[in-house]
Amino acid sequence: MSGMARAQTQAPAAERPLLILAGIWVVLIAAPFWMPLVGGYTSLASRILVIGLAAMSLNFLIGFTGVVSFGHAAYFGLGVYGAGMILRYIAPSTPLAVIAGILLGGIVGSAVGALICRRRGIYFALVTIAFQEVFYYIAYKWDSVTGGFDGLRGFQRQPIHFGLFTLDIQKNDLAFYYFVLAVFAIVVGFMGFVLRSPFGRTLLAVRENERRARFLGIPVDRHIWLAFTISSFCIGAAGALYALLNNFADPSSLYTDLSGELVIMCVLGGMRSFWGPLLGAAVFEVLQDYISSQTVNWLFFIGLIFVLVVMFFPRGLLGVFRRRSAA
Amino acid sequence: MSMLEVRNVSKHFGSLIAVREVSLTVAKGELRAIIGPNGAGKTTFFNLITGFFPPTAGEIIFDGQNVTTVSAADRVKRGMARTFQVTEVFPELSVRENVRIAAEVAAGYALRPWLGGAEVRDIASVVEETVAVTGLAGKANRLVGELAHGDQRAAEIAMALALRPRLLLLDEPTAGMGEQETFEIAGLIRKLHRDKSYTIILVEHDMRVVFHLADRISVLDQGALLADGTPEQIAANPAVQAAYLGKAA
Ligand SMILES: Nc1ncnc2c1ncn2[C@@H]1O[C@H](COP(=O)(O)OP(=O)(O)OP(=O)(O)O)[C@@H](O)[C@H]1O
Ligand SMILES: [Mg+2]
Repeated sequence: MSGMARAQTQAPAAERPLLILAGIWVVLIAAPFWMPLVGGYTSLASRILVIGLAAMSLNFLIGFTGVVSFGHAAYFGLGVYGAGMILRYIAPSTPLAVIAGILLGGIVGSAVGALICRRRGIYFALVTIAFQEVFYYIAYKWDSVTGGFDGLRGFQRQPIHFGLFTLDIQKNDLAFYYFVLAVFAIVVGFMGFVLRSPFGRTLLAVRENERRARFLGIPVDRHIWLAFTISSFCIGAAGALYALLNNFADPSSLYTDLSGELVIMCVLGGMRSFWGPLLGAAVFEVLQDYISSQTVNWLFFIGLIFVLVVMFFPRGLLGVFRRRSAA
Repeated sequence: MSMLEVRNVSKHFGSLIAVREVSLTVAKGELRAIIGPNGAGKTTFFNLITGFFPPTAGEIIFDGQNVTTVSAADRVKRGMARTFQVTEVFPELSVRENVRIAAEVAAGYALRPWLGGAEVRDIASVVEETVAVTGLAGKANRLVGELAHGDQRAAEIAMALALRPRLLLLDEPTAGMGEQETFEIAGLIRKLHRDKSYTIILVEHDMRVVFHLADRISVLDQGALLADGTPEQIAANPAVQAAYLGKAA
């Protein structure tokens, strides 16, 4: 009897994930209003969403396909430059810039993925780094187009015209946050949808046990390539938003350091968890924002916290909610 | 007509000859046991049949078609399913998810972004039926990695069955099991063979299981086929007794 009473006060098992999901979106939608209460500000919230989207895109590959890339900043950076170059050289259109960033990151990622999807483990990771160096070098050296070492400046995100009204994301930080959140929602929704599909389950199969996956008849290389491609398109979107956030395309956005930071965010938040990397990015960005205003040695503290999390929460912060069984 | 015909297949690993000109034919509906001492080449032989790696020489004919150069994934599509000597499952997914992935891939849905209502129901019925046959209905929502060894083996067999195979290859399904678990898995294999008329090739060390279940037995020794016959013929074969049964007893 007491068991029944307890069951009634709790949400039924099938509804609990939906409640958590609703809670996450409420927190994100309300972020500009509660962030100032805890010492944050709107553009920090935008930054967390953008970097969080990048980390979640990378985690699509690491956490849900089981393939580690240490060179994903390449496709993020291509998204940054794709968006920046549209605004700088082609047309003052924010939507066009975002689409260009997604396409540039995604198509190049897809081509690289096709070349490397037969490699595994450390070899795969090393080749991703090698390709990243290539793109970094191009951005760094091609002065006349990319701005070289100084990066690409002289463009600004543009207000978006919806016919009846105009969303001024250029001057209004709050409007920009909601624009970022909308793109974030579409991309994250897309990844969530894919992971719940039969195709998405084949990726989990590859992650869990490649040999078993192959002997179920899953062409593993092809599916790793597709996961790499999807992940690149998504992180390209994050890169495009990053260009809009800073009104600047910076060669360090496709550098190894950022790739490493993104991997750290995935591990911090929990690689087995869909939302973990967003939490990892939030922790990382908030610490960086706060500690770097106190000391130039902020990386030391990030490193320390990373070590502590890995020691005490080996599955990441959200890994605590490890599932024991599933419906 | 035969389900599987292996013709003069060999596999060399450098100077080591793991399988040496083996030929064998398995009829439809037959349960064939393959026995032999450790290192005899039994698992290598399975790997050749299922396309894990290509043979150094020889041909493999599956259901009348030459599949020697066909990829492992495509052999699965044509109806071969296997389990491994060391359990290969998806440990952090539930039993039902393990089986569901197999069923979806077998139905050709590996690239599908979504399924229609009828397709979802078809998959669900295959999954529930398979889970029930293997005796895992009560544990379908548990993560496979948390199950007892015997149940993990059963889950692996369930995944193979969800592929709707015409030929089922089981590599030491009772390895590492206690009496009770061995008994249960042997019962499951017999049920699959007698009631569901699966064609099965079974590598097995437990001689009680082998002589109890097999229609025919093939004996491998140092990569070569030593003998091939009914359980009675194999038990009476002096070469087998000398090379294998004698040693084991
Ligand atoms: N991939 C490989 N590369 C090199 N040698 C291999 C490989 N696979 C198997 N061998 C060798 O081939 C021989 C046969 O091994 P195999 O695993 O087929 O034997 P088995 O009959 O299955 O033995 P067990 O009863 O111990 O499972 C062994 O000497 C083994 O070391
Ligand atoms: Mg073996």
